[in-house]
Amino acid sequence: MSSAPPSAERLPTDWKSDAMQRRIARRYASERRFKAAGLLAVLLSAAFLAFLLVTMMGNGLRGFTRTEIAVSVDFPASPLKLDPAAVTDRALAEAGLPTMTGAVAEKALGPDGDDLIAPTAWLAIRDAIKDDPTILRRTATIRLPAATAIDLANKGKGTPEAEAAVERLKQAGVLSTGFNATFLSSSDGTDPTQVGIWGAFKGSLLTMLVTLLLSFPIGVATALYLEEYAPKTWWTDIIEVSINNLAAVPSIIFGLLGLSIFLNFLHLPRSAALVGGMTLALMTMPVIVIAGRNAIKAVPPSIRDAALGIGASPVQVVFQHVLPLALPGILTGTIIGMARALGETAPLLMIGMRAFIATPPGGVTDPATVLPVQIFLWSDEVSKGFVEKTSAAIIVLLVFLLAMNGLAIYLRNKFERRWS
Amino acid sequence: MTEEQKALAPADPKMTARDVKVFYGPKQAIKGVSIDVDMDNVTAFIGPSGCGKSTFLRTLNRMNDTVASARVEGTITLDGDDIYAPSMDVVQLRARVGMVFQKPNPFPKSIYENIAYGPRIHGLAAGKADMDVIVEKSLRRAGLWEEVKDRLHDSGTALSGGQQQRLCIGRAIAVEPEVILMDEPCSALDPIATAKIEELIHELRGRYAIVIVTHNMQQAARVSQRTAFFHLGELVEYGVTSDIFTNPRQERTKDYITGRYG
Repeated sequence: MSSAPPSAERLPTDWKSDAMQRRIARRYASERRFKAAGLLAVLLSAAFLAFLLVTMMGNGLRGFTRTEIAVSVDFPASPLKLDPAAVTDRALAEAGLPTMTGAVAEKALGPDGDDLIAPTAWLAIRDAIKDDPTILRRTATIRLPAATAIDLANKGKGTPEAEAAVERLKQAGVLSTGFNATFLSSSDGTDPTQVGIWGAFKGSLLTMLVTLLLSFPIGVATALYLEEYAPKTWWTDIIEVSINNLAAVPSIIFGLLGLSIFLNFLHLPRSAALVGGMTLALMTMPVIVIAGRNAIKAVPPSIRDAALGIGASPVQVVFQHVLPLALPGILTGTIIGMARALGETAPLLMIGMRAFIATPPGGVTDPATVLPVQIFLWSDEVSKGFVEKTSAAIIVLLVFLLAMNGLAIYLRNKFERRWS
Repeated sequence: MTEEQKALAPADPKMTARDVKVFYGPKQAIKGVSIDVDMDNVTAFIGPSGCGKSTFLRTLNRMNDTVASARVEGTITLDGDDIYAPSMDVVQLRARVGMVFQKPNPFPKSIYENIAYGPRIHGLAAGKADMDVIVEKSLRRAGLWEEVKDRLHDSGTALSGGQQQRLCIGRAIAVEPEVILMDEPCSALDPIATAKIEELIHELRGRYAIVIVTHNMQQAARVSQRTAFFHLGELVEYGVTSDIFTNPRQERTKDYITGRYG
């Protein structure tokens, strides 16, 4: 500006004065402090995460292995009444395998042999016969799962007696550690050596499917309507506040809601993935609505103008321009909601998904349980063998979660690439 | 209408506005504007910021409908039909009265798709071959064909600002509009890109009725044959461009043109 200096007393700023230097030093120091605090926070959270992962892995990985005892079975000499040419499920069931297995173990491992192997070890012999019926004509070596006490002792957490037995078995050279395929393929049970995660995993999968199919379309449609069509009146304000509050409601309340509406009023099947999914959908929907509205708001108005300006109808604008551009954001919100639903336990307890269910569900109306509830149930078990199973189930849950997040990131990047 | 405006009124106007008033809630943005737009002349709206020239332009294809609080009074006709009549389909109206915006706003799709979108939703192309013809013709008319013919399937957003704006003009042309409204189409562009757009406006004149809002008085002088000066929501003066710039009748017009405010 061309105006004269306001007063003659004002001295020119001395940019090199001591006061100025101190001010600069203070500014840098505060920046360094801020950076250090941020770094500390990151390190702390990384340490927590590492601690969690290390303890989980340490406990849980053992759950994926089992101790096996090799036993020689002389089938022709055994009291089994099985014709190698006609091995049927029925014949196997009536052949007296459990008794025979106990006798075999006692013969091979000494008088306490039956206690060293798992109560369900006869299943291993049954499977071996099923795989190859000709085995009945000769003597074969079969690896039987060890009893829980032996299994724990072999993994270093057993009682003195069990450890002595393990020492003896090791000397005999019959002890080995194998991959516990049963853990991935079977369901809940009473014997920790025989329990598996498959039933709960399938239950989680079915529940998530129901949740997604309900909450995604309803949530996206709600977000679209509220953003694009709804007139801005006190009525829509109330709806908006309600939805925001709904997202913060404690999950157990949704469980009570599901119990009173879906079970007591609509009489839907108890403990089923259908009801679990519907209850979790109630919880997930507000999250999708909020994320969806933000994503839709973030679509530049110029794109709407452009489409309207060449004569696109409002529906065409929404479905051909706004929605595709908002989709990455909507997907992110959906995955956050689904991940939360996947880890949810409380509302599912309310609708009876904590039942003991030993067979995997065949459909959404069959009784089922889900991974977090299974973890909760196993953590409550008295038998020590369940400790490592609990950790192993947590690992499965985390892997499931990671896979879901990975899928979400993949989908998001794919859509982002296509639209910009 | 004043006498001189009556004299200026073309015998066969494409669009007419009579005593148009626009309100945003309780606030009146346009205070009774009457004007005619015809096919042979480019009409420029000039005036200081906030004078209502863009608002008025947006009433001509009912883009103000998207603003919930906006209310329009008065009559605007296209070929004699009231565009605010209930029988007027707003989707068709906007296809007939195309618009180019201040900031280039191509769709985040390929160049080809940007042009093809309008014809597709209005069912103007009989097939793929027909669509190819429309795309080429529109891009040629927008003066962009030579620059993009080898990369029609690249994203429209990857073009330079000037190219994007010509793409937007091509997109408007593709649906065969009768009127094209341009809302400060060069304000985000550099002088070279601006010159290209102005050249394009010259070429398009006669084929479409063109209305351009501009901040830049030299641009109004260069591209238009009719100029309307807006101030505080009123149409202060409307006349032949050369008259407005050399011999303004109103004191306010003279002050604005000589740079005393604005």
